[in-house]
Amino acid sequence: MQVAVDDPIIRITALRKSFGAHEVLKGIDLSVGRGEVVTIIGKSGSGKSTLLRCVNGLEPFDEGSLMVQGKQLLFDNAVAMRALRQRVGMIFQSFNLFPHLTVGRNIMLAPTLLTAKTKAQAAEQARMLLARVGLSEKFDAMPDQLSGGQQQRVAIARALAMEPAVLLCDEITSALDPELVGEVLKVVELLAEEGMTLVMVTHEMNFARKVADRVIFMHQGRVHEIGRPEQLFGAPQTPELRQFLSSLQ
Amino acid sequence: MTLAETFFNLEVLKHSMPLLLSGLWMTVQLAVTSILIGLPLGLAVCMTRLYAPKPFRLIAVAYIDVLRALPILVVLIVIYYALPFVGVRLSSFVAATLGLSIALSAFSAEVLRSGISAVSRGQIEAATALGLNFRAIMGFVVLPQAIRLVVPALTSNCIGLVKETSLASVVALSELLKQGNDAQALNANPTPLIAVAFIYLTFLWPLVRLVDRSDAKANRSRANA
Repeated sequence: MQVAVDDPIIRITALRKSFGAHEVLKGIDLSVGRGEVVTIIGKSGSGKSTLLRCVNGLEPFDEGSLMVQGKQLLFDNAVAMRALRQRVGMIFQSFNLFPHLTVGRNIMLAPTLLTAKTKAQAAEQARMLLARVGLSEKFDAMPDQLSGGQQQRVAIARALAMEPAVLLCDEITSALDPELVGEVLKVVELLAEEGMTLVMVTHEMNFARKVADRVIFMHQGRVHEIGRPEQLFGAPQTPELRQFLSSLQ
Repeated sequence: MTLAETFFNLEVLKHSMPLLLSGLWMTVQLAVTSILIGLPLGLAVCMTRLYAPKPFRLIAVAYIDVLRALPILVVLIVIYYALPFVGVRLSSFVAATLGLSIALSAFSAEVLRSGISAVSRGQIEAATALGLNFRAIMGFVVLPQAIRLVVPALTSNCIGLVKETSLASVVALSELLKQGNDAQALNANPTPLIAVAFIYLTFLWPLVRLVDRSDAKANRSRANA
């Protein structure tokens, strides 16, 4: 079932995680290549978000190993974890912009604190990133003045400011009104075209069909099916996937 | 004597003014010093209560619980009258400042704790995901929001502290109330005490109104969010 990847940017081996007595990830083996766009689909409770959050250490895992850019994820080593998180960006379903800071400062915060950039350089970079996501004029706006779609695009710019090697997207359009979903997905598609490695938990099947290199269907804590979008959507092998796809109609 | 001659006697008031003003100045010094010590101390206690290793956390909980359970008057009397028995003899001002600051720190610690817990988890996750360390997350993301949330409650605590400075009269500090009381005895007329009440009102009523308005504003903005 595993599609072999040479020199993967993320390598997950035999990952297990339980919340108390409930085992949520039952042994995940997965590799993601540089520049690959991988979408993870599945029912709620299948472990998709948990798996994503293990990659940047927001969730500790119980067994197995996780390597990002050749470095093992050592949960106990705070310095190593922070270094990892600077290379792996995350976009959240509920945007999580800092409400007390302007849009510009939201984007500038991490670079000014963590990199050698001066405030002026960080501000310039922030303006560039805002232009990239189509929000140049919003530099001085406060997050609560923006629509959901705009906030999410700012969140993307904020993650990009740290120049990550990988972007993790945790259902980034699920909390958006339908008419705002497109503007966010357009930005993500652009990132994919530019060669960003993306791991996305999503319900947007059309997007997955169009943009993903591989789709992973998770079911009850395991990778149930994995393959190119045409294979998974066009010719689902297992009844669980068939049932899942039909439930989306 | 008429009511005015008894409670609003201008002659007695003029006579007592110097005494009252010196008392007021003492009150202001006591209040400002205690607030300037008590609030940062409260932040330190709050951080210890929430994030320190377990033994320190327990000490912080005990500290907060004891000071919330004890009347401030008891705290002041213990510091000023009981401590000398173990060789710690403090001046009235230092004793009063110490007692009031630690009391304020305990109340502020709890208020701050509620403010911090009101900051959504998602904020901390986003800041963590960006690679910020604990100090940065606290200093740039959580505390700015938490403090903004609890300013009305902290202001209330400070108003309470200004009122509690009147308790320092019990530890022989010549603050406003004590001076008013002395003037009352001196003149055999209660006008100085009425004047003391008015002085407290003049200073604190505007603050009380301010707290009320900022509370209402905070509730409105929460409702609109």
